[in-house]
Amino acid sequence: MLSKPNFPALELKNFHFQWPGQQAFTLDIPTVSLAVGQHLFIRGASGSGKTTLLNLLCGIHRLTSGEIHIGGQLFQPLSGAKRDAIRASNIGVVFQQLNLISYLSVLDNVLLAGEFAGNKLPDAKARAQSLLTALGMSEALWQKPAQQLSVGQQQRVAIARALLNEPALLIADEPTSALDADNRDAFIRLLLSEANRCGTTVIFVSHDAQLAHYFGSVLQMDNLAAGVVPINTVQPLQPTSAATQTVAVTQTTSGEQTPC
Amino acid sequence: MLIRLARQSLWNRRGTALMTLLSLVISIALLLGIDHLRLEAKRSFTSTVSGTDLIVGARSGQLNLLLYSVFRLGNATNNISWQHYQQINKHPQVKWSIPLALGDSHRGFRVIGTNDDYFRFFRYGQQQQLEFAEGQAFADVYQTVLGAAVADKLGYQLGEQIILSHGVGAVSFSQHKDQPFTVVGILAPTGTPVDQSVHVSLAGIEAIHRGWQGGAPALGRQPKLSDAQLAELQPKVITGFMLGLKSKVATFALQRQINEFKAEPLTAILPGAALAELWQMLSMVENLLLLVTLLVLIAALIGMMTTLLAAMKERQREMAILRAVGARPWQLFWLIELEVLSLTLLSIGGALMTLTAALWLAQPLLSSQYGLVISIWPWHGHTGIVLSVLTGVSLVMGAIPSYLTYRQSVAQGLVIKL
Repeated sequence: MLSKPNFPALELKNFHFQWPGQQAFTLDIPTVSLAVGQHLFIRGASGSGKTTLLNLLCGIHRLTSGEIHIGGQLFQPLSGAKRDAIRASNIGVVFQQLNLISYLSVLDNVLLAGEFAGNKLPDAKARAQSLLTALGMSEALWQKPAQQLSVGQQQRVAIARALLNEPALLIADEPTSALDADNRDAFIRLLLSEANRCGTTVIFVSHDAQLAHYFGSVLQMDNLAAGVVPINTVQPLQPTSAATQTVAVTQTTSGEQTPC
Repeated sequence: MLIRLARQSLWNRRGTALMTLLSLVISIALLLGIDHLRLEAKRSFTSTVSGTDLIVGARSGQLNLLLYSVFRLGNATNNISWQHYQQINKHPQVKWSIPLALGDSHRGFRVIGTNDDYFRFFRYGQQQQLEFAEGQAFADVYQTVLGAAVADKLGYQLGEQIILSHGVGAVSFSQHKDQPFTVVGILAPTGTPVDQSVHVSLAGIEAIHRGWQGGAPALGRQPKLSDAQLAELQPKVITGFMLGLKSKVATFALQRQINEFKAEPLTAILPGAALAELWQMLSMVENLLLLVTLLVLIAALIGMMTTLLAAMKERQREMAILRAVGARPWQLFWLIELEVLSLTLLSIGGALMTLTAALWLAQPLLSSQYGLVISIWPWHGHTGIVLSVLTGVSLVMGAIPSYLTYRQSVAQGLVIKL
């Protein structure tokens, strides 16, 4: 595992991006360091550069200057192929919806993450099955084509896939926008608890400020200069977010023994 | 793993994939089929006569002579007198000769007046001799030996009586009704025009034309000939003859001598050279066919490209997911190319099977109707190369949607605007 406890899960240094030939839009973020298990909420309205930031964090686009480290490993600037390789095994991604390849079965969709990461984990199938079970996907659903699932089920399968390689980072882009309020809360809790079990840091992107309380820290797209600020408004109903820091750290130190 | 993805993705779009496959199968089968027929026809064509060094007829072009003497097509320009034939026959270089007297027919099949030497010396294909399926060669004036296709098509058995007609049309108004011939032999199939021929003796030809003048029947009844008289019948003219020489080296010298024959204007041709010239004329048609087929194939490949390009939009999401789980852009490129490759290989397999089945079904018809004996397995030495080139071309054409997918996946990133 790359997410060694002594390294931050994600580190941004002098993050600067602008589209080639365009001066109007820039993204500048002061130095950010996320400890392992410290979840981050990125809040911003559409058009604020969320998508671009996400593509940068995933290594699809190249940073203009500055550095990104994931689990202590240099991620940007690196060549596209190297970024792809690191993304495959160190970053899990969950989209708004339509996360799954419709013609593959549920299980194959989850295993897809392992295929492109190289045969890093030989027991990928067993891991995929235990993840699916933990996420409430019964065995009867595993061989079903993904297109037959409900939206909520699809999003849970997406979590399983994102966590299959025990990545340092899980980047979720508005994953709850297609869910109703009840499902939304259940989904976020499930996402965070599974991420904690795997020692994975979640970066959750949304326009919805109401969701911020689930996470330990926040980055505002309209105030990037402020950097990552901790959230103190802890809801008593959500023990997960209160315990995030401590639970996560203990999880990862003992994470080697317990498969997630 | 890419292979499995490509397979399942294709299966997911099996409706359009099947149509693409179908158009490719048809056009590849067309290409291979025309190529196959061309080669088989050429093989069958050039094997119609072998072992004959010279064919001699009245002065005419070499193609005309070849067509009427070997392919039973068209008519002779003139006859050769029996006397001059005998004179050339005595040339020291001549090993054997086969006289041919043409001009009559039986229900559309050409009648050939000849002698025993025809069955002894005529060779086709790989120096193969004529063989009898039933019966034997004619020994009497009013006996005939049928080619395999004649007997098969008209349903003739040994012992049957047939009437010859004057002229070579399928319908003749002038029949040699009073002098029927008895079938005494049926030849084994050869896949050459021999199958389409009715063979009688020169004496038989002479007998039915006895008393004729200027190509018109004799007036009044001709008295029946006694057997003794019949046996003495000698032809006055023949249409042409084939020569086998003792030494191939003498061929050109004898050809020149015959062409410069003083007593009668004659033409001697080398069958091999004449066949090659004839084939060259036909090859223009064949090349045209091949060109049309190639265009059909290109149209099918463009069709495949179009369906792949059309699918790109609906597959954006699929590509973004693959990128998100760490697929490199070049892997997406190869994912599309693999689909192209599978479609092409499947089409080639399908085309070979379709074509073999079609040839298997068509074979009896082709051999009975056109005397064309073709093999049902459409594979030749260069077929592998043709198919490899075809696969290469389809991959090059498939590279266009593949590259666009690659570009799109690099530019668009993971977030697709819905």
